Amino acid sequence: MKLVFALFTGLIFGVGIAVSGMMDPAKVLNFFDIAGTWDPSLAFVMGGALLVTFFGYRLAWRQTTPLFVGRFQIPNATAVDKRLVGGSALFGIGWGIAGFCPGAAIPALGTGRWEVVLFLVAVLAGFVLRRLLFARPVQSAA
Amino acid sequence: METVFTPIASFGGGLAIGLGSVLLMLGLGRIMGATGILSGLAFPENREEFAWRTALVVGMMLAPGLIYAATGAMPELTVPVSPIMIVIGGVIVGLGASLGSGCTSGHGVCGLSRLSVRSLVAVPTFMVTAAITVFLIRHVFGV
Repeated sequence: MKLVFALFTGLIFGVGIAVSGMMDPAKVLNFFDIAGTWDPSLAFVMGGALLVTFFGYRLAWRQTTPLFVGRFQIPNATAVDKRLVGGSALFGIGWGIAGFCPGAAIPALGTGRWEVVLFLVAVLAGFVLRRLLFARPVQSAA
Repeated sequence: METVFTPIASFGGGLAIGLGSVLLMLGLGRIMGATGILSGLAFPENREEFAWRTALVVGMMLAPGLIYAATGAMPELTVPVSPIMIVIGGVIVGLGASLGSGCTSGHGVCGLSRLSVRSLVAVPTFMVTAAITVFLIRHVFGV
């Protein structure tokens, strides 16, 4: 049941990514190209998503536990350090070069396009590189 | 290359992205962060952690097919950059998102809505470096 639920949430997320235009590198790169062929659509993606998560998370946290597991696992790190800033700066550079980000590329795999596979293999290589260059621990996501 | 301004579809898609993220929190108590999900699949800690991430990713990958079944067309996906740029960008994305503990989904959607201080720093940082990168590539180097 837990896995069916996870699959269903992934499907909703993926449909959102596809419908929103996040899956389209041409659109993503144009969002950042303010001096050129600017397309502000992706600001609306962020607005819609934040509207739902801001209120939805707070509703979800009214439960004492999640529906299928024992506890909420929410990142509690607060340190703003060089890794966070440097890593985020690097992430933006890579995003600006390729036009894909991980959350868009995973659903985009379903289109069967080779460019998406190439991007995700490169991302995994970047994960390995991080593990070689910087020893653990790194704070868990977000 | 011009793209069409799609405020309504983008907002609607954003609502669905948010809904999927909230449901993952409600059901499994986890952040919908693509970097964490991917690295959890690449370097699994145990069977349990691997299983839900696999189900989630399979669900995501079914989305384009569902769109195709409903509309008769795959979602728009135009890649205006060369394969070498996909590879270079991808490696930097993987390195940076892993080092910075998150990407657009984890820091952008989930972290900002939690008002995480780290995400409030991370998101403007990667937005600005992405914009500078696109400016340099398109308007300075003219690629």
